Amino acid sequence: MAEKDLNLEKKGGHHGPHGEDHGPHKKGPHHGGHHGEHHGRHYSPAFNNFMETFRRVFISPSAKLGGIMFVIVVLLLVFAPVIAPYKPTEVNLKNTFATPSLAHLCGTDKLGRDIFSRLLYGGRYSLALGLTAAIVGSVGGVIVGSIAGYFGGKVEDLIMRFCDIWGALPGSLMTLLLAASFGAGLWQTIVSLSISAIPNGARMTRGQILGERGKEYVEAAESFNCPKRVIMFRHLLPNVISPTIVNTTMKIGGSITMVAGLSYLGLGIQPPTPEWGAMLSDGISYISAYPHMVIFPGIAIAICVLSINLMGDGLRDALDPKMRS
Amino acid sequence: MWKYIVKRLLWSIVIMVGAGIIIFLLTYFTPGDPAAQLIGSDASAADLAALRAKLGIDKPFLQQLVTFLYNSFIKWDWGTSWTYNEPVMSTILSRLPRTAIIGVGQMILTVAIGIPLGIFAARHQGHWQDYGVLGVCMVLVSLPDMWVALMFVLLFSLQLHWLPAYGIGGPQYYILPIVSGVMGGIAGQARLMRSGMLEVIHSDFVTTARAKGQSEDLIVRKHILPNALMPVITMLGGSLALVVCGSAIVERLFSIPGVGLYLLDGISYRDYPIIRGCTLFFATFSALVYLLLDLVYAWIDPRIKAQYTSGKKSGR
Repeated sequence: MAEKDLNLEKKGGHHGPHGEDHGPHKKGPHHGGHHGEHHGRHYSPAFNNFMETFRRVFISPSAKLGGIMFVIVVLLLVFAPVIAPYKPTEVNLKNTFATPSLAHLCGTDKLGRDIFSRLLYGGRYSLALGLTAAIVGSVGGVIVGSIAGYFGGKVEDLIMRFCDIWGALPGSLMTLLLAASFGAGLWQTIVSLSISAIPNGARMTRGQILGERGKEYVEAAESFNCPKRVIMFRHLLPNVISPTIVNTTMKIGGSITMVAGLSYLGLGIQPPTPEWGAMLSDGISYISAYPHMVIFPGIAIAICVLSINLMGDGLRDALDPKMRS
Repeated sequence: MWKYIVKRLLWSIVIMVGAGIIIFLLTYFTPGDPAAQLIGSDASAADLAALRAKLGIDKPFLQQLVTFLYNSFIKWDWGTSWTYNEPVMSTILSRLPRTAIIGVGQMILTVAIGIPLGIFAARHQGHWQDYGVLGVCMVLVSLPDMWVALMFVLLFSLQLHWLPAYGIGGPQYYILPIVSGVMGGIAGQARLMRSGMLEVIHSDFVTTARAKGQSEDLIVRKHILPNALMPVITMLGGSLALVVCGSAIVERLFSIPGVGLYLLDGISYRDYPIIRGCTLFFATFSALVYLLLDLVYAWIDPRIKAQYTSGKKSGR
């Protein structure tokens, strides 16, 4: 329902190149109608489409705010070695549990390590984990779901039934179980998070493809013997991918929090590594006397997740004009 | 209708058995020997072998799998805990009330606050009230639940001394676990309700109702809400399953001996009967929730009802 407008537009973008008569390379139907001609013309339609979406995402002030926050966070993490006043592993047993001051912006932890520096380095792990897990999970879901959705029949039944069984346990529990059997560690955490995200992603993509499959352009492609592989990846997939992109963006935040939870349970990232969740759970035992050990990692997680969610919201609005307020 | 119910029931059973197999595989292929961990490092090889035989983990893979499935699904016996020597199922049942109180409490709060908030935002779409609700929800969704819980403990237990920080006892012990875990749920519910409302607000039958000159209140109550609530109900059942199955972290944080904490105990002791029992319990629970949900859904939505009375397969 809501995706229809979007699909129409995407179709304009993606199927344009087949007919070279699109002389001045105008993009597919616009929603806003306003500008659009400044960029384009010399670039490929796919790039135009991307730029157009990008521009529309950041129309909303909240998405702008999220984008700015996210860029700042990423810059801080990238330039952590330059910005961080101390080494993340620098132990100073004379200055443990120091409360926030000018020398230690966020205080120090039980080994006298500077929490601010650890946050800068630790964010690299948290963000990378969240991003990778969400993306790998979604890509897996898209692959499984598009195979099911396109081929239909027995293949589809089999795959979807298997997804039902796989998804019988809610995602968080599945992640917990997988993490428990893989053990703690960076890769183990990524794998557990991604695998448990696949059934949902597959269901979503398959639902989208079911809606698209009967449309004229698929019929047209089929009628001149376009190979199934090409129909699926060149024609169908671009039209069903946007809800998945939105979903993936929203899932990054969830993954970051989930990693924090796993670390707390001892199944995620192990203590010496300055991951945000691990730092947070490290401070829990000292919360009554030294709350700063818990407060700052939490704020770091919240800012990072909030910035991503704000952008995700903007993306959703840009791809789904009906919801725009 | 009956045909659909029977079909749906049978399918639930298949899902359960499938989930049982997955749970078994996950524990079976975990590297390391649980018997060695249980008995300690200074035991003789003979003792170890005896223990392995007693636990039944020396049998071939297929035999173990079949025994597990037979015991779990035919005899409904989930085994005895290796560490505590208590039957797993009765332990789970005795711990269940605590997990259930938290889950249901969170559910009630989510519904009671989230839905009105969403309706409120949708009715003021584009005004400051709407933006305010959206902004607050955005922040709430982004806060890690665990951190919110800790901040609440810090404020209400450690600073103000109003509420106990952990443990179980009177009703006051459940306030923090329920309230602190519910922020994200409320925000999500409100956002869902709002978008559900907006989707319906722009549809033709609402325009028609307006054109008839019906009062705005009546339009919302009679035309918009029944349609907008559909996805919310689906979401609600799903999130109940999610809350109960995700009880591990809350229970660990507040030291509440519920089912989630039992599962964590099982994981740290490598106690397979506990792990398998708890996960089977959670799987059964969510399968039941989704089953009920599907039936209720089919019952209240005439469109779905029509789908299978006319012999068409419901598009699940």
